[in-house]
Amino acid sequence: MATSNAFAGADLELIDIRKDFPGFTALDDMDLHIPAGQFFALLGPSGCGKTTTLRIVAGLETPTQGQVMLGGKDITAAKPHERPINTVFQSYALFPHMTVLDNVAFGLRQRKVADAQKLAVDALNLVELGHLADRRPQQLSGGQQQRVALARALVNRPSLLLLDEPLGALDLKLRRQMQIELKAIQLEVGLTFLHVTHDQEEAMDMADIVAVMNKGRIEQMGAPEVLYDRPKTVFVSKFLGQSNLFVGDIVEKNASSVSIEVGGNKITVDKKRAEKHTGKIAIGVRPEKADFHEKKPKLGADHIVIGPGEIIDIRFTGVSNQYLIDIPNVGEITVFAQNIGKSPEVALGAQVYVSWKVEHSYGLADLPSGIEEA
Amino acid sequence: MRKFSLGKLALPVYSVLALVFLLTPIAYTILFSFNDSTRSNTVWEGFTLRHWAQVCNRQDVCDAVTNSIVIGIISTIFATILGTALAIALVRYSFRARSLVSLSLFLPMATPEVVLGAGLAGLFFNAGVGAGMVTIIIAHVMFCLSFVVVTVKARVQTLDPTLEEAGADLYANPRQVFRKITLPLLMPGIISAALLSFALSFDDFIITYFNSGSVSTFPKYIYVAAARGVPAEANVIASAVFILAIVIVLATQIRGAIKRAKLAKS
Repeated sequence: MATSNAFAGADLELIDIRKDFPGFTALDDMDLHIPAGQFFALLGPSGCGKTTTLRIVAGLETPTQGQVMLGGKDITAAKPHERPINTVFQSYALFPHMTVLDNVAFGLRQRKVADAQKLAVDALNLVELGHLADRRPQQLSGGQQQRVALARALVNRPSLLLLDEPLGALDLKLRRQMQIELKAIQLEVGLTFLHVTHDQEEAMDMADIVAVMNKGRIEQMGAPEVLYDRPKTVFVSKFLGQSNLFVGDIVEKNASSVSIEVGGNKITVDKKRAEKHTGKIAIGVRPEKADFHEKKPKLGADHIVIGPGEIIDIRFTGVSNQYLIDIPNVGEITVFAQNIGKSPEVALGAQVYVSWKVEHSYGLADLPSGIEEA
Repeated sequence: MRKFSLGKLALPVYSVLALVFLLTPIAYTILFSFNDSTRSNTVWEGFTLRHWAQVCNRQDVCDAVTNSIVIGIISTIFATILGTALAIALVRYSFRARSLVSLSLFLPMATPEVVLGAGLAGLFFNAGVGAGMVTIIIAHVMFCLSFVVVTVKARVQTLDPTLEEAGADLYANPRQVFRKITLPLLMPGIISAALLSFALSFDDFIITYFNSGSVSTFPKYIYVAAARGVPAEANVIASAVFILAIVIVLATQIRGAIKRAKLAKS
């Protein structure tokens, strides 16, 4: 075909992409750069534009505006069959009128690769399905079909592999197994992977870099640890894990930190961990970073203590207990406590104080919806 | 406990009666293809295989059948190709006159055949086209087309467009996608449509009668011959068509059963 395939993968760049559908804008001024050889995840709720992005990269959708660059070459106008990109579709899209082997060999035969048969057999062996080569796709289980779809895409050694929620249809156990296999294959073949998913655990678990999308834009992009530790917007803090958010006017400010006042409690965040240093801001903390105490703890200035509040719900999840604490004039706070015997044993209705380290607070750039900027 | 129940008996009796009612004319036709008759084939005169062995003894019967087969094949080819293209267009593309096209395709099915036949005959006459093979084929393509579109459309609607996208993603250009993915997946629908077309064309009398001029087709021959006694050769051909149809149906059923058994086993 038109473009030769690079074995190491190529970098993908989306420049100022916009996509309008009749009646709505799916993507708005989207910029994205994925370095070669990376496992990149686009994470977002349904309707956020992540699948549209994937389809534009695959060539199945034409952007209203903007450029798609692959390995430094402009491929915006290239047809899907001219792009060295392969996709693992959400529904797998295996050809029902062909055997598993013919499915895998399809791309190779289209490009008239010598030894198509042998390469396809090798690819099937890589996903441990060599013994099912003569079956029809509809005779395979969901997990097997998924692996055939993966083999069918990988065998072409594309510069970029697109994964459209390929694990969505699998049950939890199979899903975990597939995640591990997928990651292992990516490390082994060293391709650039672009993975679209709405499953935050899957994205954080597998990807080198995660971009969180919302309403046709990328809200925040970074390594999973960084995104989780320092979400910059309300959406990211809520979509990626859980967050306790506190909104208030800044009442105290010094060289290194700012504090807000919420219902008589002072909540502080390091300046370098806050997006905004003036006016009304939202400060958050992850539930597992917070502790609770039956008596008001004597902690230094590097801690935040709020309360007292009442425990209104306790949920046992195995490794941890999830406590819901209602603090008057502040709101409900979730605290996760590992079941390692360190947390106090409390009953529903107990009065407790909640504390966490200032260094675990993060300040967001926006406010939760419904709260006006004063 | 009552041993005899009228209710229990009613269904089998009714079923047998219905089957007898349906099958008697067919059995009669087949039986009289073995009748040792010379001119009129209405009275049983003894068993013979003569008519089966020398079916083309009656040249006019054989010519009519040949015409019907030629007309059927040509009409089917045209109607199937045109109808498949139309069906794909109607399902996959939105264009300005889509609903109008859908409606006009339905019209030949809803219009009485006599009206269609007479209308077409008038049209051909005014256009100065002499009635013959060509006018019959044009007329047959017209009414078969609707049935092909309806049949193939149902198949196109169940075809997942993602499969075609997957083909494009795997380096197939639009023509190759059509040939290697779309067409094979639509094939069962296209084959049913073609069989239906052929059957409709082969069987048609009314429209053909208006537009055939001096050309004889099998149904037209029977109609004309009925006045002075249908020859047993006609029964032979009718029986042969019936048996062929049964064989085709049985073959597809058995093939399907084997396929299902295979799928179930592995």
